[in-house]
Amino acid sequence: MIVALAVEIGNVVRCFGSVRALAGVSLAVEEGEFFGLLGPNGAGKTTLISVLAGLTRADSGTVRVLGHDVIADYRKARRALGVVPQELVFDPFFTVRETLEIQSGYFGIRHNDAWIDEILHHLDLTAKADANMRSLSGGMKRRVLVGQALVHKPPVIVLDEPTAGVDVELRQSLWAFIRKLNRDGHTIILTTHYLEEAEALCGRIAMLKAGRVVALDTTKNLLANVAGLTVRLVADRVPASWQHRVTSHDAHGFVVGLDSYADLEALLAALRADAIRIDELALLETDLEQVFLRIMGTARPPAPESRS
Amino acid sequence: MIRVAGAGWLTLLYKEVLRFWKVAFQTILAPMITALLYLLIFSHVLESRVSVFGGQIGYTAFLVPGLVMMSVLQNAFANTSSSLIGSKMTGNMIFILLTPLSPADFFAAYVLGAMVRGLVVGAGVFVVTLFFVPSLLVLPHPFWALAFALLGSAILGTLGLIAGIWAEKFDQLSAFQNFLITPLTFLSGVFYSIHSLPPFWQSVSHANPFFYMIDGFRYGFFGLSDVPPALSLGIVAGCALLLSVLALTLLRRGWKLRP
Repeated sequence: MIVALAVEIGNVVRCFGSVRALAGVSLAVEEGEFFGLLGPNGAGKTTLISVLAGLTRADSGTVRVLGHDVIADYRKARRALGVVPQELVFDPFFTVRETLEIQSGYFGIRHNDAWIDEILHHLDLTAKADANMRSLSGGMKRRVLVGQALVHKPPVIVLDEPTAGVDVELRQSLWAFIRKLNRDGHTIILTTHYLEEAEALCGRIAMLKAGRVVALDTTKNLLANVAGLTVRLVADRVPASWQHRVTSHDAHGFVVGLDSYADLEALLAALRADAIRIDELALLETDLEQVFLRIMGTARPPAPESRS
Repeated sequence: MIRVAGAGWLTLLYKEVLRFWKVAFQTILAPMITALLYLLIFSHVLESRVSVFGGQIGYTAFLVPGLVMMSVLQNAFANTSSSLIGSKMTGNMIFILLTPLSPADFFAAYVLGAMVRGLVVGAGVFVVTLFFVPSLLVLPHPFWALAFALLGSAILGTLGLIAGIWAEKFDQLSAFQNFLITPLTFLSGVFYSIHSLPPFWQSVSHANPFFYMIDGFRYGFFGLSDVPPALSLGIVAGCALLLSVLALTLLRRGWKLRP
């Protein structure tokens, strides 16, 4: 079976002064995938999306959207791409409907009312169609941004932190809509700080760190590869011989990585030997957060940024 | 859904016109009032004291085409520059940058939008001034006047485009306006014939491209000018061409917009 590539990123380098925002990134996203792009702040996620969208130019390397080079064949590449930007931007001069009609017109599409009505409906914006953009709440503006990215029915949709600062209800309805688009054949590329979101939605994930891809696999494999168990332990301290197994430590206690249940015996024995009283002990399921922490080699995940 | 190939720039033009139209009070009416104030004050003070073109026409009549053209030029500049810096400051420029619009589409839409604004304000000023000088209704050379209005607004629209892309803050833009556009406009013969200037300042005025726009435009009204209108037209068209090439080159390179 030949699977076409929705996005092909080949050895992309982008420097800002002495900072290498992208230090040779290569990725391929197949058509129809729900792909996650994760990484801490400053890992290069947004720069990579900017290069993909033609908002900034790579110093070297190639980027193609459905086979169209984003520089040489930018018209076709941009027609194939819908981008929901991270910043909550809007044009204060227009209403919601005008905003969508104008965006549609930029792509040379007239008489797009049926699709615009459908977008408004799915994003729960129908009642706000004639409201000025200025009068909308942050969550509503975010929905309009999603709508603007979809007006030209792009086969590839990129969402750069679409749920940052968005309430739970909208998050649910937004994901339901994005999932539907994915089922209908759209390729989705998502960056997010919410690891549980990526875990629930993405079939495959790339992790970026300091401008490099440090992990690239199916979500399933990533979770499976972090073998073993995790224990949350509430106690005064952890035996010295177990210090190196502590992956995080906060007010809720210690999180300790184990290779197997046999290790649990050893941990309990060590605690007993040091006469450390256990206030609480819980076995945790492996989740993407632990995968993320292990791969990033940091003690704590980046805190979700609060954005206006 | 109908896809009209290459029609995206028309939407951008429509958006540019809609943008200033929605705030017409500030973008059309306010500059008209300013021009009328100039007319009232200068004509009141100077009508009986200043002789232009050897006394062939009254000062107020002389002043009208100058003010009309000044309004055309200043508003064409204001439209592109304020639209672009506004989009950059609020970040909504991204909506245009994500589309397949080419540099030529971008240029055409913004500059034509600026020309529409400039010409609408200029026409408004002209209509109102007819109450003061009704004899101006019949122009001896209307097509000359129109040619200079079109080229002048295109030049200032293009200058506004370059300034709007260049400026990163509003004060940089107002510096561009206050130290370049306003002096060049005011010293171009809007309010006087350069023949009334000392020889040195006459020759300085000849180095100002805005002078040729105003002088050529005025020729359309009176059949009189400081320099032959064909020469002015050539200089103004040359400036328009040079600036257009510059603006298109900057847009193709993604200067400031696609870093």
